[in-house]
Amino acid sequence: MTDQELRVSKIENGTVIDHIPGSQALNVLAILGIDGTGGETVSIGMNVPSDRLGRKDVVKVEDRELSQSEVDVLSLIAPAATINIIRGFEVVEKHRVERPDEVTGVLSCSNKHCITTEDEPVDSRFEVLDDGVRCVYCDSITREDIAGELLMAATNG
Amino acid sequence: MRHDHITSAKQLSRADIEGVLDRASEIAADPSAYADRHEGALLGLLFFEPSTRTKMSFTAAMKRLGGDIVDMGPVDSSSVKKGESLADTVRVVEGYADALVMRHPSEGSAQMASEFIDVPLINAGDGAGQHPTQTLLDLYTIRENAGLDDLTIGIMGDLKYGRTVHSLAYALTNFETRQHFISPESLQLPRNVRYDLHEQGSSIKEHTELDGILPSLDVLYVTRIQQERFPEESEYRKVAGEYQIDADTLAAAKESLTVMHPLPRVDEIAHDVDDTSYASYFEQAHNGVPVRMALLDALLGGDQ
Repeated sequence: MTDQELRVSKIENGTVIDHIPGSQALNVLAILGIDGTGGETVSIGMNVPSDRLGRKDVVKVEDRELSQSEVDVLSLIAPAATINIIRGFEVVEKHRVERPDEVTGVLSCSNKHCITTEDEPVDSRFEVLDDGVRCVYCDSITREDIAGELLMAATNG
Repeated sequence: MRHDHITSAKQLSRADIEGVLDRASEIAADPSAYADRHEGALLGLLFFEPSTRTKMSFTAAMKRLGGDIVDMGPVDSSSVKKGESLADTVRVVEGYADALVMRHPSEGSAQMASEFIDVPLINAGDGAGQHPTQTLLDLYTIRENAGLDDLTIGIMGDLKYGRTVHSLAYALTNFETRQHFISPESLQLPRNVRYDLHEQGSSIKEHTELDGILPSLDVLYVTRIQQERFPEESEYRKVAGEYQIDADTLAAAKESLTVMHPLPRVDEIAHDVDDTSYASYFEQAHNGVPVRMALLDALLGGDQ
């Protein structure tokens, strides 16, 4: 780890999400549904200098190992993110987020006339495009403010 | 055709389209041969929005195949008014009919509804989304009048919210067509339709005026510009007025031009066009019956 990363102390067990674009850490937590009510210890580094990203955010979640499917949705707002699984202060697994072909239930559709925005027993579903996402139901394409749509879905939960 | 549901023109291949149109031609040539074909079959109609042509032509089509309809009736007098979800409504109604036809104001409603039921569902319009059976009758009319290959078509009016336009533009990418889109800048094709046309390898030629492109067209497909799309009535009047045609406008067109409109029209095609050889919009509306008969026949097992 670099000196910069050491601004947030090492964790014994859990998950470190690194290389998040600067100022997106809170969005990352919201998407993962981590709001502190689960009792887990969460540390956040925001706008840490980074060679690769200029400024990056780092999130450390103690005593929780995030699965690949949980973190893949982060690829929509943090495509360069790396996931480190920590046990006994050591990195035991390190992988990148992968862009899934489809995401279910984690985004809300930006089209306010889409059936998935109504009170129907259906999860939102999106095809992941190179430069955005496309609603499987109404066909509309969202390219801007995907983080906002993610957050809305997380809030509506 | 091997589809359980018809929710979007995007699912129709060239072979699917030609299969339905060929069958529709056979039906139009000899309707009596199909009169008892689906005797006893019931078509459920769920129109959550008003409809005249689509609903009546589906009713006529089903009855002319020997079947009958069960109609949910207006939303005001249905359990939707009591707050029933669409998913529940279609799961109940599928028990009453052999196939369902649905129009709903929300985009994606047909796709969602189809995931809850086993009987075939036909999308008769989902908000500004898709209207695939209108597309099939449009294609039938184009084929009868101008042919579907080596075709130059102009699609004019509200291209942003017009679901008939979205379905038609996609379906035409199955054929050798040159598509020109004529509209005010504020009502150009939406992002998802542009994306699909690009993916299909079609170039999008956009115009804000009809004049320059009119002489090259084989088909002019006109749609209504709706006042509610504009914040100010004065702006609507100004814009809509630029996309109206009359017999004088068409003096510059090819003699063989076919003018189409999904109807209802307001004033975008003047009545003096009705008596010209260009006007095909009433024929187009009539074609809804044999085309919907052909589609229902395919979905109800007519191929077997």
